[in-house]
Amino acid sequence: MRKVLSGNEAIARGAYEAGVKVVSSYPGTPSSEITDFVKRYGEIYCEWAVNEKVALEVAIGASLAGRRSMTCMKHVGLNVAADPLMTLSYTGVNGGLVILVADDPNMFSSQNEQDSRNYARFAKVPLLEPSDSNEAKEFVKKAFEISEKFCTPVIVRSVTRLSHSMSAVDLGERVEVTSKGLENNIPKWVMVPANGRVRHVFVEERLKELQTYNSESDLVVEEIISNEIGIITSGIPYQYVKEALPEASVLKLGMVWPLPLDKIVDFSKKVKKLYVVEELDPIIETELLAKGLKLKKIKRPLTGELSVDAVKKLFGIKVNKYKTTVKELPNRPPNMCPGCSHRGMFYAISKLKLFAAGDIGCYTLGLLPPLSAINSTVCMGASISMAHGIDRASDGEYAKKSVAVIGDSTFFHTGINGLLNSVYNKGCSTVVILDNRTTGMTGHQPNPGTGITIRGEESPRINFELLCRAFGIKNVVTVDPFDVDECIRVLKEETSKEELSVIITNRPCIFADRTVITNPYFIDADKCTGCTACTRLGCPAITWDKKKKIAMIDESLCTGCGLCPKVCRFNAIFQRGVK
Amino acid sequence: MSFNILMFGVGGQGTVLSSDIVCEVAIESGYDAKKSEIHGMAQRGGSVVSHVRIAKKVYSPVISFGEADIMVSFEYMEFLRYMEYVNSETLLILNTNKIFPPGVLSGKEEYPEKVIKQKLKLFKGVSQIDALKIAQESGNVKVAGMAVVGALAKTLPFEKKVWKNIIESKVPPKTVESNIKAFELGFTL
Repeated sequence: MRKVLSGNEAIARGAYEAGVKVVSSYPGTPSSEITDFVKRYGEIYCEWAVNEKVALEVAIGASLAGRRSMTCMKHVGLNVAADPLMTLSYTGVNGGLVILVADDPNMFSSQNEQDSRNYARFAKVPLLEPSDSNEAKEFVKKAFEISEKFCTPVIVRSVTRLSHSMSAVDLGERVEVTSKGLENNIPKWVMVPANGRVRHVFVEERLKELQTYNSESDLVVEEIISNEIGIITSGIPYQYVKEALPEASVLKLGMVWPLPLDKIVDFSKKVKKLYVVEELDPIIETELLAKGLKLKKIKRPLTGELSVDAVKKLFGIKVNKYKTTVKELPNRPPNMCPGCSHRGMFYAISKLKLFAAGDIGCYTLGLLPPLSAINSTVCMGASISMAHGIDRASDGEYAKKSVAVIGDSTFFHTGINGLLNSVYNKGCSTVVILDNRTTGMTGHQPNPGTGITIRGEESPRINFELLCRAFGIKNVVTVDPFDVDECIRVLKEETSKEELSVIITNRPCIFADRTVITNPYFIDADKCTGCTACTRLGCPAITWDKKKKIAMIDESLCTGCGLCPKVCRFNAIFQRGVK
Repeated sequence: MSFNILMFGVGGQGTVLSSDIVCEVAIESGYDAKKSEIHGMAQRGGSVVSHVRIAKKVYSPVISFGEADIMVSFEYMEFLRYMEYVNSETLLILNTNKIFPPGVLSGKEEYPEKVIKQKLKLFKGVSQIDALKIAQESGNVKVAGMAVVGALAKTLPFEKKVWKNIIESKVPPKTVESNIKAFELGFTL
């Protein structure tokens, strides 16, 4: 049967057809939907782990127990999972293990643009790179075969243009793979130095065998069209090359690490001019130059996405001139939703002019005006540790005018480690945990603070307040983020203390709990003085009438959160149906 | 025969679902098709764009500049963001419903009415459609996007029956009737 699937949906299907038993992942754009699609297959145990390191370790355990397992993450997530990955390369696998990593060239939704192919080279493991949905499904299946045949984890790399594109896929049946049983093999699975030294030799041998396998496999496809130009490419860039240069011969690589060098040398002899077209880092190019292949130089950018036009330009082919562009259009920037439970706390932070070490997630949006409440964003969990660093660097002085801001999912991800560090090292920073009971930005995946699992079954809900007290933190305060005066009072009080404090907010994301949506508010035009206190909240439902110089509320957008009446000093904002 | 269709609007308008439908209809009708979408970090209110490419064989999932055959703007001003895809043959299907961007709402920016009128002249053809009005006639304000899909379907050579089947399979069961009605009204405009 043929079906139109997104790259992510196809990857999930590939895992299903490959007989995968366990999938443990942490959400991250553009990889998040894979595991959400996996949950539709009852045959697969799946879960949201608290972070990518944990997710990979769960997959390793499942592999050790003899079953095929997979973990999915975005590129920055692989940094978190890099520790187990490096040693997993040495232990190898029992049941097949696939690490699906989705890169984000052009950074549509990421804080950096790293090329995960570097990890394959670094960890000395094979990496496959599909170029459309059908290949994504097939390559996942192939990756499990390779994993078991060569006793290695296999990385399958996607990019935004694959994960979030759709094309036709031929569906297959699930193959039930019987368990290999729990493998009790100490020299293989206990990486003490004596065993590790032996396994490193195995890893180097394995890489050579993989190289030969790659050259002989159907993962490398030669398309000879003419002998003038030959292009070595892989993944999504293959599609751009085929369209931009239909007359060129192409060597399409399915496995880009280790490279099929024999096949590449063969191909190089069949063409007059040899080129490499790849996106981001020059992984293939560098390797081929090191092997002494004569490549023609092209001025390829090392940043952003390629495209058909970009490839045409590289080869001096004329591109369609476009007619016109319009500059200075009103933007539609990402914004915190109407009724977002983070807004009130950000308003308070902004009002007090506190320096906020931020984190990854919806609250990053607090960066934008008019709230302008965030001063740094590095990676998941960094806010708490950075605030501690800010505090220690200034002998506590800056701690009085700064806070760390982190969400619930991010806190569980790696913020918890930072908090433990601050406690242990006697820090006096103030940490604000914005608990909205869901992982908002990636699409509302549940987490240990939500109280349900990926499939909606009830699970214990972690209590932040008790957790922080168990850490030994004395100053733990829970506030209603929509009570701005209270937020300001608590922030002032806690930042002034020469002790560590945690402030927890207690309102759910409107998408996590729709019952919090109530009657919309409206502004009494006669009472509005045009002071703009409410428009400074940055709520998409609050509009400004330029002519009359008064504020208005778009009642179709208002969720009735009740924040704006609390900042209105003229008592001009009311709820429909409430006197 | 090939079509490059660029569809865009504001998060929450159903742009992504609509482009899924177009892609599936094309493949069901025996063509190769690919779709690529970029939805920003915003849950709603942000810009959303989908590229749909239909041909005997499609490689790149992304349309090149100057190569859109049809542009579908789910919001009245949004097509201005994508003018670099226009050529002398491009058709525009334009929902005349306006959603004011934050800068306009806060009074800092103007909704670009004049620029819209000017740039409309650059298209070979423009079909304007009041999708919200059609949605209201269909009994559900949330199906406005399907009226736009109906208007698009009229310009493509695929059978109406295929469109209806795919729509039925993609929308929530409770809304099938109103979605099909909006599609029909958009189609017969």
